[in-house]
Amino acid sequence: MNFFLEVLIGGLLSGVMYALVALGFVMIYKASGVFNFAQGAMVYMAALSVVGCIEKGAPLWLAIILAFGIMTLFGIATEKFVLRKLVNQPPISLFMATIGLAFFIEGLAPMIFGSDPRALELGIVDEPIPWILDNWNMVISKFDLVAAGVAAVLVATLALFFQYTRIGRALRAVADDHQAALSIGIPLQHIWAIVWGVAGFVALVAGMMWGARNGVQFALTFTALKALPVLILGGFTSVPGAIVGGLIIGASEKLAEIYIPPVMQDLFGGNFGGIEGWFPYVLALLFLLVRPEGLFGERHIDRV
Amino acid sequence: MLYREAGQFKTTYAADQQLFPIRQDRIGVLVLLAVAFLGVPLLASEYWFSAILIPFLIFALAALGLNILTGYAGQLSLGSAAFMAVGAYAAYNFQLRIEGIPILISFILAGLTAAGVGILFGLPSLRIKGFYLAVATLAAQFFIVWCLTKFPWLSNNSSSGVISTQQLIFFGHELKTPVEKYLLVLSIVVVLALAAKNMVRSTTGRAWMAVRDMDVAASVIGIRLMRTKLLAFAVSSFYCGVAGALYAFCYLGSVEPDGFSLDMSFKILFMIIIGGVGSIMGSFLGAAFILLLPIFLDIALPFFAELFGLPFSSATVSHIQILVFGALIMFFLIVEPHGLARLWQIAKEKLRLWPFPH
Repeated sequence: MNFFLEVLIGGLLSGVMYALVALGFVMIYKASGVFNFAQGAMVYMAALSVVGCIEKGAPLWLAIILAFGIMTLFGIATEKFVLRKLVNQPPISLFMATIGLAFFIEGLAPMIFGSDPRALELGIVDEPIPWILDNWNMVISKFDLVAAGVAAVLVATLALFFQYTRIGRALRAVADDHQAALSIGIPLQHIWAIVWGVAGFVALVAGMMWGARNGVQFALTFTALKALPVLILGGFTSVPGAIVGGLIIGASEKLAEIYIPPVMQDLFGGNFGGIEGWFPYVLALLFLLVRPEGLFGERHIDRV
Repeated sequence: MLYREAGQFKTTYAADQQLFPIRQDRIGVLVLLAVAFLGVPLLASEYWFSAILIPFLIFALAALGLNILTGYAGQLSLGSAAFMAVGAYAAYNFQLRIEGIPILISFILAGLTAAGVGILFGLPSLRIKGFYLAVATLAAQFFIVWCLTKFPWLSNNSSSGVISTQQLIFFGHELKTPVEKYLLVLSIVVVLALAAKNMVRSTTGRAWMAVRDMDVAASVIGIRLMRTKLLAFAVSSFYCGVAGALYAFCYLGSVEPDGFSLDMSFKILFMIIIGGVGSIMGSFLGAAFILLLPIFLDIALPFFAELFGLPFSSATVSHIQILVFGALIMFFLIVEPHGLARLWQIAKEKLRLWPFPH
């Protein structure tokens, strides 16, 4: 039972990391209806720019500010040079354009900052908390807890930002109906630029957390792909959905990795590790069959 | 001048319905086929066959498969490489486990196996569409590759799922040289491409396009969505499966599951975006473009680097390749969403009037 709980909590905490990436997707999808496949690449780029700036001799705080600047500028440039030109195209074209964008970033970022895997030191140690280890005999990493805390703060900030600020209200209006928002004088283009800036910021936070945990390397983009099933579970338009979806995916994939391979080994023989690699996708696929709009998504009515 | 179709009257239904209604097109296609079947084997070198022509034809076939699904039926798939893997492994197993089965039959069976798997993973398309479906096809991509690695039976107990394909015996004659393999691949691709060209203008193809343009409207006018969508998945996977079998048997000779990665799926997707979504010829143009671009960059980049005195490592070259791919995708989607095929069409329109544009 203890072991089960340990796996579960470890999974939930890594689910928080997925949720961090998924948040970026939700932001952009809500505001502009673009499914931004490049969010994972943006996470990679953000982590690389932090590490790159530190290597050039900048202290951590300056590196973070610089990386934030880079990500914001890049987001705005993307909006201006790619997505604005694709207004009124079918959503699937926009999606494919963001796949192109992902490749573009994956080529550009390592070209500027170098592609060899590097560690990112945030000053938080990745070691079990002794108190829990002593009392319950469970290994819960301090780092994971801090990451969960950061995610909670980020979500709360975003929720407040959306709910109470002028820009947040404008963002929600745009998400609801582009034309109506335009007609009451909300500057659509500014809003989109802001959204891409915010998505860059979310990517920066996610990139720093992931980078500090697993090292800054290309594999980061694959990990970020896991945010896609998270979105399917949670629904594309819901911030709480991203969090809950992330937790479910994180927990279930870790549990599956521990408990399914032995069963399969009994049945077929051989080694069946690595279930983690596909389990979230298949889970999302099965989930889609039951509830296509996700846990918190809006039910969509098709009209001819 | 080159494309004056004036004076070509169609007086019978047969003439009106033929595949290439314009005489210049018919001649052009025949000349192209003649060159491909007779001219190329005489002229091209061994390197050309095994490094450029064979992979080009195979990827063109895979792109054709994806184009049927994405370009005609409007269902975006990110798992085409996985269906190729199914085809490759199925062909290998049919050869291995059925005594004396002809290679063509095992290719067809491999395609049918891939089609079955395609239908299975196409089932969610009945409930979901757009990006949701794209993500669902990622499940196929990761799950199939994992299965091929982990179930030893599928790869005849070889370590980490690597298979070495059997000899290509074609009517008692073993195909060994690249030229013979090229001719086999070419014949299969030509037959399947003509079949596709016919299929997309038949009832089935029109139903696909109706579903692509708006599936609710299509079902209102009486198109059975389930049948149409699943058929698109089946046909598309069949093409990808045959392409995968050819990839293993005629191109590499030895494949591993991880070779059919997500990157390969993206590559095939890029082929149809650049070549032309919803165009048979676009699949060929796109495949040629995507395969030739890295070769071109490999040669051109060091040259430019020397010209400007920049230090260039091979890592930088590969980064620039990825970057150029991404940039090109965005460029084509913005400037010419219908790809190279549309450019070719525009060229034809111009040639009709050339050299007197008025």
